[in-house]
Amino acid sequence: MLVITCPYCQEAREEEEFSYAGEAYIARPAVPEEVDDATWGDYVFHRKNPRGWHWEQWQHVAGCRKVFAVKRHTVSYEIAGSWTLADGKALYLEEQA
Amino acid sequence: MSGYRIHRPGERINRQKPLSFIFDNVQYKAFSGDTLASALLANGVRLIGRSFKYGRPRGIVGFGAEEPNALIQLETGAHTVPDLKATQVELYQGLLAGSTTGYPSLDFDLKGLLGKFGRFMPPGFYYKTFMEPVKAWPFYEKFIRKAAGYGRAPVEADPESYDHLHHHIDVLVVGGGAAGLWAATLAGRAGLKTLLVDEQAEMGGWLLTERRSRIDGLSGMDWVGQRLAELASLPNVTVLPRTTAFALHDLNLVQAVELLQDHLPLTERNAALPRQRLHKIRAHQVILASGAIERPLVFGYNDVPGVMTAAAGHSYLNRYGVAVGREVLVQTQNDAAYEAALDLALSGVKVTLADARQGGAAAWRQQALKNAGAELLLGHGIAKVLGDKSVTGAQLVKLDGRNNQVIGSGPRLSVDTVLSSGGLTSTVHLFCHNGGRPVWNQQQLSFVCPDEGRENIACVGAITGRWELSDALSQTHAAVAALLLGHGRGSSGKAPAVAHEEVAAPRAIFRLPDGKPEGHGAKAFVDYQNDVAAADIHTAIRENYRSIEHVKRYTALGFGTDQGKLSNINGFAIAAEALGKPIAEVGTTTYRPSYTPVTFGALAGPHVGETFDPRRYTAIHASHDARKAEYEVVGQWLRPWYFPKAGEDLHAAVNRECLATRNSVGVMDASTLGKIDVKGPDAREFLNRIYSNAWSKLDPGKCRYGLMLDENGMVMDDGVTACLADDHFHMTTTTGGAARVYSWLERWHQTEWPELKVRFTTTTDHWATVAVVGPNSRKVLQKLCTDIDFDKEAFKFMDGRTGTVAGLPARVFRISFSGELAYEINVDANYGRYMWEEVMKAGAEFDITPYGTETMHVLRAEKGFIIVGQDTDGSMSPNDLAMSWAVGMKKPFSFLGKRSLLRSHTAGDGRKQLVGLLPLDPKVVLAEGAQILSNTDDTVPAAMQGHVTSSYHSAFLGRSIAMAVLKDGSKREGDTVFVWAHGKSVPAQVVSSVFVDKEGVRQHA
Amino acid sequence: MANRYSLWSLIKNGLKHHESWQPAWKSPQPKKNYDVIIVGGGGHGLATAYYLAKEHGIKNVAVLEKGYLGGGNTARNTTIIRSNYLWDEAAHLYEHGLKLWEGLSQDLNFNVMFSQRGVMNVGHTLQDMRDIERRANANLLNGVDAVVMTPQEIKDMVPLIDISHRTRYPIMGASFQPRGGVARHDAVAWGFARGASELGVDIIEQCEVTGLIIEGGRIKGVNTSRGDIMADRVGCVAAGNSSVLAKMAGLRLPLESHPLQAFVSESMKPCIDTVVMSNAVHGYVSQSDKGELVIGAGIDSYLGYGQRGSPHVIEHTAAAIIEMFPSFSRVRMNRQWGGIVDVSPDACPIISKTRIKGLYFNCGWGTGGFKATPGSGNVFAHTIAHDDPHPLNRAFSLDRFATGHLIDEHGAAAVAH
Repeated sequence: MLVITCPYCQEAREEEEFSYAGEAYIARPAVPEEVDDATWGDYVFHRKNPRGWHWEQWQHVAGCRKVFAVKRHTVSYEIAGSWTLADGKALYLEEQA
Repeated sequence: MSGYRIHRPGERINRQKPLSFIFDNVQYKAFSGDTLASALLANGVRLIGRSFKYGRPRGIVGFGAEEPNALIQLETGAHTVPDLKATQVELYQGLLAGSTTGYPSLDFDLKGLLGKFGRFMPPGFYYKTFMEPVKAWPFYEKFIRKAAGYGRAPVEADPESYDHLHHHIDVLVVGGGAAGLWAATLAGRAGLKTLLVDEQAEMGGWLLTERRSRIDGLSGMDWVGQRLAELASLPNVTVLPRTTAFALHDLNLVQAVELLQDHLPLTERNAALPRQRLHKIRAHQVILASGAIERPLVFGYNDVPGVMTAAAGHSYLNRYGVAVGREVLVQTQNDAAYEAALDLALSGVKVTLADARQGGAAAWRQQALKNAGAELLLGHGIAKVLGDKSVTGAQLVKLDGRNNQVIGSGPRLSVDTVLSSGGLTSTVHLFCHNGGRPVWNQQQLSFVCPDEGRENIACVGAITGRWELSDALSQTHAAVAALLLGHGRGSSGKAPAVAHEEVAAPRAIFRLPDGKPEGHGAKAFVDYQNDVAAADIHTAIRENYRSIEHVKRYTALGFGTDQGKLSNINGFAIAAEALGKPIAEVGTTTYRPSYTPVTFGALAGPHVGETFDPRRYTAIHASHDARKAEYEVVGQWLRPWYFPKAGEDLHAAVNRECLATRNSVGVMDASTLGKIDVKGPDAREFLNRIYSNAWSKLDPGKCRYGLMLDENGMVMDDGVTACLADDHFHMTTTTGGAARVYSWLERWHQTEWPELKVRFTTTTDHWATVAVVGPNSRKVLQKLCTDIDFDKEAFKFMDGRTGTVAGLPARVFRISFSGELAYEINVDANYGRYMWEEVMKAGAEFDITPYGTETMHVLRAEKGFIIVGQDTDGSMSPNDLAMSWAVGMKKPFSFLGKRSLLRSHTAGDGRKQLVGLLPLDPKVVLAEGAQILSNTDDTVPAAMQGHVTSSYHSAFLGRSIAMAVLKDGSKREGDTVFVWAHGKSVPAQVVSSVFVDKEGVRQHA
Repeated sequence: MANRYSLWSLIKNGLKHHESWQPAWKSPQPKKNYDVIIVGGGGHGLATAYYLAKEHGIKNVAVLEKGYLGGGNTARNTTIIRSNYLWDEAAHLYEHGLKLWEGLSQDLNFNVMFSQRGVMNVGHTLQDMRDIERRANANLLNGVDAVVMTPQEIKDMVPLIDISHRTRYPIMGASFQPRGGVARHDAVAWGFARGASELGVDIIEQCEVTGLIIEGGRIKGVNTSRGDIMADRVGCVAAGNSSVLAKMAGLRLPLESHPLQAFVSESMKPCIDTVVMSNAVHGYVSQSDKGELVIGAGIDSYLGYGQRGSPHVIEHTAAAIIEMFPSFSRVRMNRQWGGIVDVSPDACPIISKTRIKGLYFNCGWGTGGFKATPGSGNVFAHTIAHDDPHPLNRAFSLDRFATGHLIDEHGAAAVAH
């Protein structure tokens, strides 16, 4: 069972307090009508699903109900850190660059 | 020596407390402190089971968690437990147990007869036969199933309870032997919050058996007593006996099960307390001190009852005062078994010790044994054991010193018991549960935990391969001192002093040779429980099942309830030999939880029966009970389904409720509808994005029906949302979808549109909602409310008002899920029941009729209103539901799901669409879930056109009606289709799904 | 077959102390070139190779497995086999598989112990019962056997189940597929391996694919831990690694890989003669021929390639089983484990060509892959042999995630199986 730190509550808590909310920082096309079906399908359905480090979202459903970003390893389940979505995004973009 | 009981100094049984128990219908005597196994051995009971495959007679082999054979059924009726190991059952007065195998009886077993043909049953033999004739497999399988299996599953519901307890601590020590006790002592002295668990009733581990060592000048058990006294004095330390740590998960989450009452007679158990408790322990630091288990050697017919491990023979003697035999052959390849032989010899048992090593043990041990009168045979091994249901002797051979070859015949001994020791196997299971790998130690001949442990997991004592007490304790001391330093704590005290003893190296031998090629001689068992013999491993490898996982899966090695505690290393070693590889390279199979079996009840804990899942009741529930409602389960909610009057069934009640509502007035508890308060300057914009329809022009005091789509463009929820103020909305959702929609709103807001100023509060439980429905509803409301103008023009359909109803502050919405004039009154949930009763009183003169979900379903179906989840299934777009009026394709922001509606398939022809169906015979109510065909003569596989989603008898129309989804349904009005269910088809006409009041006169009345 | 299995072969070999058995499959050194490479030596991959050789005459085939054969989900599933899917496309695909199961032991001359003891899905709410009726009727019209049962009929078939109203979610009925059942999971991999090897397929264990060799939009071969191996056609069927392989080709897949856990009890005498599944309380149970209760439930919520999940999922599953079988509270869990399942958005597989010529994917079986093993291999072999989908898997192409033509089995399969 994972132990996740909520960046808002600043507390480490058992996984059962949280709800997994999927891959983080998926970009929704700004004008969906301008992209083709394949591009839209990629946004809706296709995922990175990496074997390794993964930027993902968790919601503190039994706490503050905030959605935040977690960088977690999908094999070791190690958590590198958790951030507010805004703070995490900067780090995420840095990594992608 | 009379019987098998022998007085031993320091024995752990209480001779002052005699007990009696029954095994296989025979009553026996025992003492408090016995296990079922020790008590059976004390009474000379040897045959205790039949083997899995060959039905061979089997007896007790071990003395604890490693026992493969002695699986028993404990107690009967509701208290019965299958498959307990007799070695782990603490005896209590009146205990009732029985064997689990043997048909028709343990003594005479049919499978045992068949087992005589065991040479034709190699590993995987069932993969190679039972294939012809094809149809006979169920017959074969029935026989195979019957022949397998041990205990019988309980039939009655479990009368006992279980609970869970969470711990968040600094240090968890697993194992209460010398190493664990010392580790806990050091951690405790350092002030760390420490928990020590051990699976046995008494702490001490191997010190419970071994009596010669002195620690700090004390006898082993005196030192244990000193440790326990000290630990008891430390407020930061908890010691839990009878508690097995059975699984280690990520981040040092350890599950341990404590047997709180299993050792008590059934009559003395406290029903108010749990039988077992699951401890869920998060520890910053885990210290594994789980020791080691002695494994037997593999030799011919090593499974005859009376063949045991030396450690078992030793333990039964010293702990329970039971001599396991009168003439005992001890076979070993290491020094430790000399200790068992010595204690037996000193107790008056005639002992012969055969050592596979040419040089034998350290000289002092050999001398001590000879002094005690035992015979010593060096360089000897057992070729095969003699006897059938009990050992009668053994044939020995002389062994070559280096190669595992036979160099000559040995004596044929007449003995009644054989003890064997193949060395120790470290109990590495927990270390490996979440990814740790054990390492092969060629000196100690075991897979062991590495000295460095893993992150936040330390390994101390025999688990690291330190078999000698002096080594184990000094390593424990050093390792724990180092980790305390790491936690910023010093350690106090010196390592316990234990004299070092000279030990001769063990011999790397696992399978004692008998001079014949493998498979030609007597079967030599590796895994007793699964009847895996050494030859089977060779056969598997010959057939190219070369990976150790394949060997395991093909032969079933280590798959039993003992999880291979005795068999794994022997099996790996034999496989290594067959493969011509070192054992380290062959590796181990994966260690999986649980270390020992755990009751389902303990896993579930309190989450059973009424507390399996919360049951949600509305604030008005007591009123429904008083009116004898029948209930429907909707999500976690219990909703009134219908309100039968005396003698009414569902249909009669629903017909009455429907007519009363359409003709006068009905009332329904709508409190379970999800309610979310949406507020903020951007609330309106947010609704525009989250709903498919437009919200820009909805004025305060107005309500609107909204459709919510997922990004795939399919309908996921619906409901009416009221505008309370320009920046404030009262949203409703489906009953089942409330939690999902609430998270949905939050997630889109927080992840995608954080710039929108809006917030959400779930208010489902805050409001009680009473729907007053029917032509007389206005009159009822008018009686209850003076500050809202209910005039037709002043308070129109889809208007909302705040005011006072029955003296309570209320939000009243003129909305309708029935097509009738109707109002939904929302009041503080605390007053819900009062409001309901006030409505009932006010409506009495109109014969106001309470109704439940079934009538609600009929009324809405008469109007063609959908229920998300019943008329939709996650594959229906708004267009499919003929609800394109609720899709604002021109809205500036591309609302959720909009783009998906434009995809080629979603926008294309041939999709299924919502229609109404009228059975040609108006008395026939179509089956919900029936499939629709275009022709009656369609053959299988038929071209299904859609299915019936909702179907009822409409009392108001005096006929049956249905809703359905139908391929290209929007173009097929007037067609006749055939509605097919379970082989019968019924013709029906495709019509509009609005059956009542197409013009909407009634709801606007 | 050189080493045909039968009762007679057991007697013959028994008399020879079992020293004359031949390897079930050969383990050759990999060649430099093959006509087809199958990446993944699980049940699906081995079945694909078997049918390529048997039905399409393509025998110059290598199956590359990074560990041991059948060591992935083949070794980790709860062996349930059924074909009672809701949507036509899925029902036809799985029914194709079920028909192959029905003759598989004889076809492979390897007893996979396919036991048609039936699969029961119990319903606890009125909506469950509507869904059960809908599915049963659709099944019947698709030629899939289906029965709707009353609580009493359920009780007659499964005496230990609680159909009373004392439970939190009383049982209202069930659908039942008599031809469904269970099989011996490992045997399926071994049987296909033996069959494929006999037909000339090279089975290469301990050979990890580390890269895909692609030139000019065409697959040319694979990089492996045992050197490069070339082929014009490569079929990837490696559950739990599909996205990783796709990434090697620069492709993205609509998959998420989640842990799926299961556990078994200790071995007991026969006490449950069918498979009982409940979507609503989230649990399912059958009894293996060895006597263990085999129990599973839903997936863990998060992505995970660790072959392990969180213990609270197991705890909830135990509670769900006790909800249906109150007497099993005193039965004990012997062993638990986890696999990795590739979950697709519509709970249906992807059996598809890709935009890289000669590169094919068979993935996304989620929790339902085992039951499809022969069917999956059969249609995938066709897809590779013809460079064109079999009619039964045409609907399962990748392009459905662009057109919106999903085959949404979620409604029918909220629980793992």
